[in-house]
Amino acid sequence: MANFASKGRRPHIKALRGLVMAVSALSFVSLLSLSNIEALAASGQETLPHSPVNADAKASALQLSGKPAGGTADHSKFEILQQDFKSGPEVTKACLSCHTEAADQVQHTLHWKWETKNEATGQTLGKRTVINSFCGNVASNEPRCTSCHAGYGWEDMRQPPPSDPEAVDCLVCHADTALYKKFPTKAGHPLYEPTPWNGKIVQPPNLSMAAQSVTNPQRENCGSCHYYGGGGDGVKHGDLDSSLNHPDAALDVHMNADGLNMACTACHSGSGHQWPGSRYSTEAKPTTITNDGEETKTAKIRSLDQHAGLMEPSASCESCHSARPHDGNDIMGIKLNDHTDTVACQTCHVPEFARGGVATKTLWDWSTAGKLKDGKPYKVMDEHGHPSYMSEKGDFEYAENVQPFYSWFNGETTWTLLDDTIDPTKVVEINALGGSATDGKSRIWPFKRMHSRQPYDKANNQLVYNHVFGKDDTALWTNFDWDKSVPAAMEFIGKDFSGELGFVDTYMYWPITHMVAPKEQAVRCTECHAKEGRLDGITGIYMPGRDNFKWLDWIGYAAFGLTLLGVLIHALLRIIFRNRKTQA
Amino acid sequence: MTDIPSSAQSEELANKPDVKKRAVKIYTRYERFWHWSQALLIFILAFSGFNLHGSLTLVPFPLAVMVHTYAAILLLLLWLFTTFWNFTTGQWRHYLPQNKGLFAVIKFYAYGIITGAPHPYSKSLNRKQNALQSLAYLTFMVIIGPALWLSGIAYLLYGLWENIQNGQQIFTLVAFVHTAAAFAMITFVVIHVYMTTTGKTVFHYIKTMITGYEKIELTPAEEAYLEEQQPGMLKKDTQ
Ligand code: HEM
Repeated sequence: MANFASKGRRPHIKALRGLVMAVSALSFVSLLSLSNIEALAASGQETLPHSPVNADAKASALQLSGKPAGGTADHSKFEILQQDFKSGPEVTKACLSCHTEAADQVQHTLHWKWETKNEATGQTLGKRTVINSFCGNVASNEPRCTSCHAGYGWEDMRQPPPSDPEAVDCLVCHADTALYKKFPTKAGHPLYEPTPWNGKIVQPPNLSMAAQSVTNPQRENCGSCHYYGGGGDGVKHGDLDSSLNHPDAALDVHMNADGLNMACTACHSGSGHQWPGSRYSTEAKPTTITNDGEETKTAKIRSLDQHAGLMEPSASCESCHSARPHDGNDIMGIKLNDHTDTVACQTCHVPEFARGGVATKTLWDWSTAGKLKDGKPYKVMDEHGHPSYMSEKGDFEYAENVQPFYSWFNGETTWTLLDDTIDPTKVVEINALGGSATDGKSRIWPFKRMHSRQPYDKANNQLVYNHVFGKDDTALWTNFDWDKSVPAAMEFIGKDFSGELGFVDTYMYWPITHMVAPKEQAVRCTECHAKEGRLDGITGIYMPGRDNFKWLDWIGYAAFGLTLLGVLIHALLRIIFRNRKTQA
Repeated sequence: MTDIPSSAQSEELANKPDVKKRAVKIYTRYERFWHWSQALLIFILAFSGFNLHGSLTLVPFPLAVMVHTYAAILLLLLWLFTTFWNFTTGQWRHYLPQNKGLFAVIKFYAYGIITGAPHPYSKSLNRKQNALQSLAYLTFMVIIGPALWLSGIAYLLYGLWENIQNGQQIFTLVAFVHTAAAFAMITFVVIHVYMTTTGKTVFHYIKTMITGYEKIELTPAEEAYLEEQQPGMLKKDTQ
C-alpha cells in the first residue's frame, strides 16, 4: 500500500510561521513539544485555512456546507479539549460530554455499520459483506481496511463494529486533516507513538490540537477516505480524488475553490449524522414531488422542503436545480429540459472523469499477482508513472480524462455476492445495473466501468474472498501465494472452498456524479445525436439524428428518388416531342 | 397553381365570339405572399428536418434543431392565418374535390402533354384549379399537412407529455409519423415544382404566381362586372 502514503506538498514556510505564531498565541504552549511541530512538518501539509492553529484563521474560509457557517462556539477555547489526550477514544469521550447524541447517531449510519439491506432486492450489502473489483473483501484484512472505518478498533468483520460510544472517531470527519490522520494499518486508530513506515519514522498527531480544530467536515475530511478507496488516490471512483481539495471551475463548478467552494455536505446534506447519496441505493430519477403529493414549488425551495421534512433528503442535482433546470424562456432551454426525463444531468455535465490530473484505475488483473524476480516482489511503472505491475496485486491500467460508460439505470444494483453462482464464460457483473428504457424509473447514467480479473472457485462457480493483508504466512501481499491466501480467507469466514482457483473477468459500475464541468464544456448535442456517438449502446429509445426507421426510410428515399426520376424522364420526353403540336 | 389552357386551345377559343381573354388578377397579394413564404419555409423545414434526421449533414445537429423549430413555428402561424383567410374569403371552395374530368387531366399529363394534345380544362374565375390539382392540394391539406403539423406539434411539446404511460413508445410513433409525412411532403414538392413547368412556357406559372395575373376567359357578363365593380382585378387592356 505504498501509494497510500500522502505525497503532499513541501511544508510551506509561511504556514509554519503562522502556525507557530498561532500556537504561541494560544495558552497551551506548554503542551506543545517540539515533536508536534515536526509531526506537522513531516506530514507535509498546510493547515486548513480556518484552522484555529492558523494565524489567519477565519470562519469565512470554511467551505460551504449543509449547515451555515458562523457558529457560536470556538473549540480551541474549550478547556476539556486542552488536555493531553492519549488516544482517539479519549478525544471522543470529551466530544460526547457536550454532543451527547452524536455517537449514537453515528452508530446508526452506513458509515458505521458498513451494512445495509437493499429493500428492492433483499440483498444484504455494504463493505462488510460485498466483494468489489478492487481489493476484493474486507474480512480477514481488517486492520488495513478499517483504517477507513469511522471508528476505532473494528478488528473482525465477523463481529459487528464496536458498540462502545467512545469507539466513534469524531476527528476523522471534523478535525483539520493536517493535524489528524488515521494510520493505514491500525484498524482506524491514528499513531500514538513514533512508528517506522516506508523507511521513515512517522510521528503521532497531537490529539489536543486536532480536537481544537474541529468544524463542519471539509472536502479534505471526506476525501481522506473517499479519495483513496482501492488503495490510492483516485483509484476507485474516478470522479473523487485529491484534485477536489483545490479544484478550479473547469474541474468542478460546485467545489471550485475560488467560487462556490462547496463542501461535500452542501449536497450530501442531512441531519443526525445521516447523509443521502449512497451507491447502494441511488436516486436515478429524483422526484420533485413532496411527501404530500405536491410538486415542490421552486428549485430553491426544495432544500427547505427537505429540512422541513416535507421531502426525503436527497443528494441530487434536482435538489437545487429542479427537474427543468435549463432556461425555459428559450427554445434551446426547452429542448434541453426535454431530456431530463430520460437523461441524468451527469450524462451531459460530467463529460469525462479523472480530469484533475489524478489518474484512476481502469483495469486490475489479479491473476498475474505473485510473480517474483530473484525471489523478490517487484513493480513496473508505465510511461505516466503509474504502476502497471505489482507482485502484490497483478497488472493495472490507469487513465485520465476518461469518457464514461453509459447505461439505463433505475438506481438499483444487484450484487454478485459470495453465495451467488456465476457463469465464468461471461464477464461477471459485480453490481449489475437495474433499469430499462420502459420502466419509467430509469435514466441514462454515466459510469466508470471497472474491468478486473478476480479469483473464483472453479468447482463451485462462486466468487471467493482473498486474504491479502497481514504479517502471517498466508497473506498474499507477504507470501505471494494464491493457494494460501484464498483458503485462509474462506476459512476465516467459514465458507467452503473447493481448492480449485480460477480467475474470471468482472465489471463493476461506479456512477459518475462529481467533477461537474462548466456548462460550456458539457457534452455537445452532436456527440450523442449522431451515428456512432456516445450513446450508441443505449437501446429502447428513439433518438433523432442517431436512429431512423429502417424500412420507412427506405420507402421514403425510394419514393422521393423514383418521383424525381419519373419527372426527369417526363421532362425529357417533352423536350424530344416538343415539335409535335406545330405539326398537328 | 399549375394550370391554364394550352395555346392550341386558346386559338380555338379566340374564335368563339362570346368569350374574351383578359389578364385578370387571380392571385391576390395575400395569396402570393402565403404561397411563397410557405414554399420558403417548407424548403427550410425539409432541409433542416432531414439534416437533424441524419440524412443530410449541411449544418450541425443543434443548429438544424433550432432552424427547424423556428421555421415550424412560423409555418404554423402562417397556416393558421391562411386557414382563417381561406374561410373568410370563400377561397376554400377551390379545394373542393371535383371528380369530373379527373381522368382526362391525368391522361393529359401522362402523354397528352407530350403529344401536344389540348388541355382538357380551362381556368375560370370560379375554378382556379383543375380536377387533378384540387385533388393534389386536398391531399396536401388534409393528409400530408395535418400529419406533419399534428405530429410536429406533439414533437415540439414533448416536455408536456413526456411522463405519460408508454411515453417513449408514443414519442417513437410521433417521430415515425412526422418522418413519414416529411417524405410524402418532399415527394409532393418534386411533383408540384415540376408541374409548374408545364405551362405555355417553362416559367409561365411561376411568373403568374409572382405577378398574380393570368389570362383567362371571361364571359361578357364577368368582364362587365369586373370592369364595373373590381377594376383593380383587370389589367388595363393587354389585348
Ligand atoms: C408545422 C410544421 C412542423 C413542425 C411543428 C415540426 C416540428 C418538428 C420537430 C419538433 C421535430 C423534432 C426535432 C426537434 O427537436 O426540433 C421535427 C423533426 C423533423 N421534421 Fe418537422 N416540423 C414541421 C414541419 C416539417 C416539414 C414541413 C418537414 C419536411 C418537409 C419536416 C421534416 C422533419 C424531419 C425529417 C424531422 C426529423 C424526424 C426525426 O428524425 O425524428 N418537418 N419536426
